Amino acid sequence: MPDVAIAGFAKAPNVRETPGTTNGVEMLVPIFAEVFEKTGLSKQDIGFWCSGSSDYLAGRAFSFIAAVDAIGAFPPIHESHVEMDAAWALYEAWLKIRMGEVETALVYGFGKSSAGQLRRVLALQLDPYVVTPLWPDSVSIAGIQARLGLEAGLWSEKDLAEVAARGTGKDVGELLDAPYLADPLRRHDIAPVTDGAAVVILSTVERARDIVDHPAVISGIEHRVDSPVLGARDLTRSPSTEAAAKALDLDGADLAELHAPFTHQELILRAALGLGDGVEVNPSGGALAANPMFSAGLARIGEAAARIHRGESRKAVAHATSGPALQQNLVTVLEAR
Amino acid sequence: MDVTETPLAAPLNVGFDYTRSTGPVLGRFVNGLRERRIEGIRGSDGRVHVPPVEYDPVTAEQLGEFVPVGEEGTVVSWSWCPEPLDGQPLSRPFAWALVKLDGADTALLHAVDAGSPENIHSGQRVRVRWAEDTVGHIRDIAYFLPVDAADTAPTEAAPPVAEREEGAPVSVVITPVHLKYMHSASPEESRYLRGLAEGKLIGQRCPACEKVYIPPRGACPTDGVPTTEEVELPDTGIVTTFCIVNVPFLGQRLKPPYVAAYILLDGADIAFLHLVLGCDAQDVKMGMRVRASWKPRDEWWTSLENISHFEPTGEPDAAYESFAHHL
Repeated sequence: MPDVAIAGFAKAPNVRETPGTTNGVEMLVPIFAEVFEKTGLSKQDIGFWCSGSSDYLAGRAFSFIAAVDAIGAFPPIHESHVEMDAAWALYEAWLKIRMGEVETALVYGFGKSSAGQLRRVLALQLDPYVVTPLWPDSVSIAGIQARLGLEAGLWSEKDLAEVAARGTGKDVGELLDAPYLADPLRRHDIAPVTDGAAVVILSTVERARDIVDHPAVISGIEHRVDSPVLGARDLTRSPSTEAAAKALDLDGADLAELHAPFTHQELILRAALGLGDGVEVNPSGGALAANPMFSAGLARIGEAAARIHRGESRKAVAHATSGPALQQNLVTVLEAR
Repeated sequence: MDVTETPLAAPLNVGFDYTRSTGPVLGRFVNGLRERRIEGIRGSDGRVHVPPVEYDPVTAEQLGEFVPVGEEGTVVSWSWCPEPLDGQPLSRPFAWALVKLDGADTALLHAVDAGSPENIHSGQRVRVRWAEDTVGHIRDIAYFLPVDAADTAPTEAAPPVAEREEGAPVSVVITPVHLKYMHSASPEESRYLRGLAEGKLIGQRCPACEKVYIPPRGACPTDGVPTTEEVELPDTGIVTTFCIVNVPFLGQRLKPPYVAAYILLDGADIAFLHLVLGCDAQDVKMGMRVRASWKPRDEWWTSLENISHFEPTGEPDAAYESFAHHL
């Protein structure tokens, strides 16, 4: 089976609100052009296309179909879609290349989170019988998770503020003086609502060597799922991330891009992945700087790959999450080789 | 094209009753709630799950041993909800909490009416405040109260109930879903819609393949680039293909039979769907020449509804070869 590498990455500007459509075309057209220019590829070179987005974010059925226009999908293309973060679309594309069906794939994710009320829309990811009918919002669920760790002594409010301070350069003391937004969470603990899109090009390693000087070779990729029953999980841990990490070789990683939309979730993920102090975490700012739904996880993989492309990392861990309170987790290991 | 114009945007409100059958496990749970009883289910490891799960979350074994649990319990963790959102159990500030009911080993996510964050803590004892009308739904538990608090405020109205025979058990739960969006048209669509308000049919040409699209696209599906050059099209064209609607349906505005057709305007490369009236439905043909019948000018707005329908012009039909590649 051929090994797979990431050969290109581009992302839309992360903004609080775009004036564009929920089908993402306006965000996608420029980043497709950018990634083609960077890689020297054109749409005729792409063997498989896969995207991640959500109808509930767009407020209409089959909303991803309109986005296919941004590809230039005539004559017909080989295309698929996941109703999840596009990191899972990347997994599907990785499989297509591993199976020898195609040599190249383009993966994209997009979401106009600002079109609706994001924390309420996300209630539709929950159990439809006994949880969604109560409309618990994503911030409240994360707050329950954060408090479990606070009261168990696994982390303090200061630890959470330190996570936020590292990304923003703000003073920890000042952050802790801020009022609660949703006790026990303060504004700095919560990822901002962001509209955005990202695109990654994958290819066989052989092909990638013609495209970039330092291809980011995918040496491992694993995803696992925890129970959707929030009250049956130990929310202070991420067993699915632990299981994914166990199946991978993370030794010697110098960089980690973690998809943690809340400060305490970064701490859970660091522990689950067993990241030591020598690992630089989220130099991109992570999801706390920008959390474009359905592309933030793919962007973590793209950001890590871009560091390898630039010769700034030899081995990087990229993590993506989907669902409430870190329910589903995908871990990718990228290597310069 | 003037790109500085703000795209058109309007509220888009989506609403539907999410209707699901319950199956044996959740069915037993909601029928219990209707009678103000709470039942959990015993997992493979002996733990009692509340709410009940159909399959063990660890071993994936099918479960079926139901266990009654108490209507009092302990707060495991909580977060404060200072500004409740639409549809949440309480419209005044409240706490979301994981509540472990007496006799259960897993916790139920629900609301606690605590008044202020000072009045709630992990380990706190709480009890169910039942809804006035229990219908067989998780909302039969209206919310939780500190054990010694009095029932004062009335609870929210019960969710709708599926029709069923008198005395029959609940086998379906209904959850009303209401979502509000601000829907934006693309810059290209906005130009088109603003043109319609002035009685103009504005298409746009792809800069790469030079095809003319009406309505214009955010990106040409062949080339993946935004359509740019504006093209004003006449209100005449041909029927490329059509169907005769004979079936009545909810919300139908015309009396069947009538014709829904793909109209290819002269100079356009893509057809759009509209009505062909003004002749017998049986007389409509592929290639038939048609012209728009506009509504009175004072009824125009940013909508293709400004054209009431298309009518035959009486000109000779277009040759099949002239539109064969537009089908």
